[in-house]
Amino acid sequence: MAIIEAHGLTKRYGPTVAVDDLSFEVKAGQVTGFLGPNGAGKSTTLRMILGIDNPTSGSVLIDGRPYGQHRRPLFEVGALLDANAFHGGRSARNHLLCLAQSNGIGAGRVGEVLEFVGLTDVANRRAGGLSLGMGQRLGIAAALLGDPGLLLFDEPVNGLDPEGIVWIRTLMRSLANEGRAVFVSSHLMGEMALTADHLVVIGKGRLIAATSVDEFVHASSHNFVRVRTSEASRLMALLQAHGGDPRTEPDGAMHVTGMESAAIGDLAAAHGIALHELSPQTASLEEAFMELTKGSVEYHGGTNGAGLTLAKGA
Amino acid sequence: MTATSGAAAPASSGSSGPLLPDVLRSEWTKLRSVRSTYWSLLAAAASVVGLSALICSLYVNRYNSLSAVDRAEFNPTSFSLSGIFLAQLAIGVLGVLVITSEFSTGMIRSTFVAVPQRRVVLAAKATTFTAVTVVVGLVSSFAAFSVGQAILSGRHIEAHIGQPGVLRSIIGAGLYLAVLGLLSLGIGAIIRHSAGAMAALFGLLFVLPGVVSVLPSSWVNTIGPYLPSSAGQAIFETAPGIHLLSPWTGFLVFCLYAAVALGVAAVTLVRRDA
Repeated sequence: MAIIEAHGLTKRYGPTVAVDDLSFEVKAGQVTGFLGPNGAGKSTTLRMILGIDNPTSGSVLIDGRPYGQHRRPLFEVGALLDANAFHGGRSARNHLLCLAQSNGIGAGRVGEVLEFVGLTDVANRRAGGLSLGMGQRLGIAAALLGDPGLLLFDEPVNGLDPEGIVWIRTLMRSLANEGRAVFVSSHLMGEMALTADHLVVIGKGRLIAATSVDEFVHASSHNFVRVRTSEASRLMALLQAHGGDPRTEPDGAMHVTGMESAAIGDLAAAHGIALHELSPQTASLEEAFMELTKGSVEYHGGTNGAGLTLAKGA
Repeated sequence: MTATSGAAAPASSGSSGPLLPDVLRSEWTKLRSVRSTYWSLLAAAASVVGLSALICSLYVNRYNSLSAVDRAEFNPTSFSLSGIFLAQLAIGVLGVLVITSEFSTGMIRSTFVAVPQRRVVLAAKATTFTAVTVVVGLVSSFAAFSVGQAILSGRHIEAHIGQPGVLRSIIGAGLYLAVLGLLSLGIGAIIRHSAGAMAALFGLLFVLPGVVSVLPSSWVNTIGPYLPSSAGQAIFETAPGIHLLSPWTGFLVFCLYAAVALGVAAVTLVRRDA
């Protein structure tokens, strides 16, 4: 059964459409990655799910009801929206205590979640003095207060050190393995490939794909073989005659699709063509994602290659 | 180790039982767990009592040099309560911060995720904050009266609590601070930004009377008594001027200002995105 059901969710700010007729579902027992470039409308969507922002049109239901109709929603939904959704002058313990009390949750549970996220030692210090990673852990502690069946995380690994990233990945997996629904947004495809089972991909507020990670990887993998030779034009004619689709790259190499590397090598050998390179290539998930969201990115940077690329074998 | 280690959710179910008591407890924790609450309340109480002592002492010291007219116009109760005018700054600032600090820190999103019934949050905030300001207001105004009269008794010019209007003034001064706090909270909830809300609040209290005073005098006499500051302060005037509303009428008008601010806040809190 779907825990989150979004139907035609739309949010406009004046003439700007942040979220455009978005429909998707999030199911229990799996991590659903909410993927899109920066500015695609992920955070706006999460705020609408949580009733913080009102949709211009459309609706989103949690367990069949709008968020605002849940009484004591911490028992059903836990959310980490941003790392700093707390008053810096309040201690971590009191921050959690006031949230717990609002839903009738006792102080004992506050101690438990503090212990779980490893903040017990700093629980009585001003939360404003916590590092970004600790602030993130405090947000996760708040999300876990009511032991909810649905967890929403907005870019949870942003700004974390490698240890923190692994901790959050492991946590999300174990929450899903316990049968909960985990909905996590990210702009990094590689990060999602490591944690998510299912993907909801958006660009410019519109749904681009809703699919399993495996299908997404399979469908969007651009496998090709890179070939270098001094007799390019001869080989190109041969490849075309044998069902290959060679393209010449600016650096002089040939990218061949439609033929396996072994077949290319055999063909070249049979015709006495010396090959300088013959290497099968798998496009990274990041490239596949960029390909998919091309044209739906809000801002194009001047350089590329800054993203975490993860060459994943087919 | 899993997230559910130890006892999971408490016995109470997720969807039944009254909400307000839980949210009241939560807002009480919020109020008592930040330093600004203590500093502001301490500043308010110290202003009320300290200024009373200071002003009454100064008056006693120069009593011998005062004319008979000055002595005749002397109002010992008003003198001992004049610290209210300073204390309203502290209460006003705190009332605004109680809600705007949630917006400026991002806490408001945590609050509304935990309690999507935003009007319940506003009601709980108003209730807990008023409970505190009523106590602090009343205790400090009684203390200010006692300290002031003790000093004035050196010249045998003190007032007594049994005299007409005196008890009403003391209680009224405390209540004025509490209602002022509610007005501040309402304005803070509407404007959502600390600086903007404080400017609006103090503009309403201190600047508006000055603006009105340059209007034709017939207008001033008609509008003046209904301004929030003069209406609210009517309750602790022991010698009501001709251009003041009667004490309780004035107080009622002041309460209406606070009610309107909170009413508008209740609508905009729900309608506008957080």
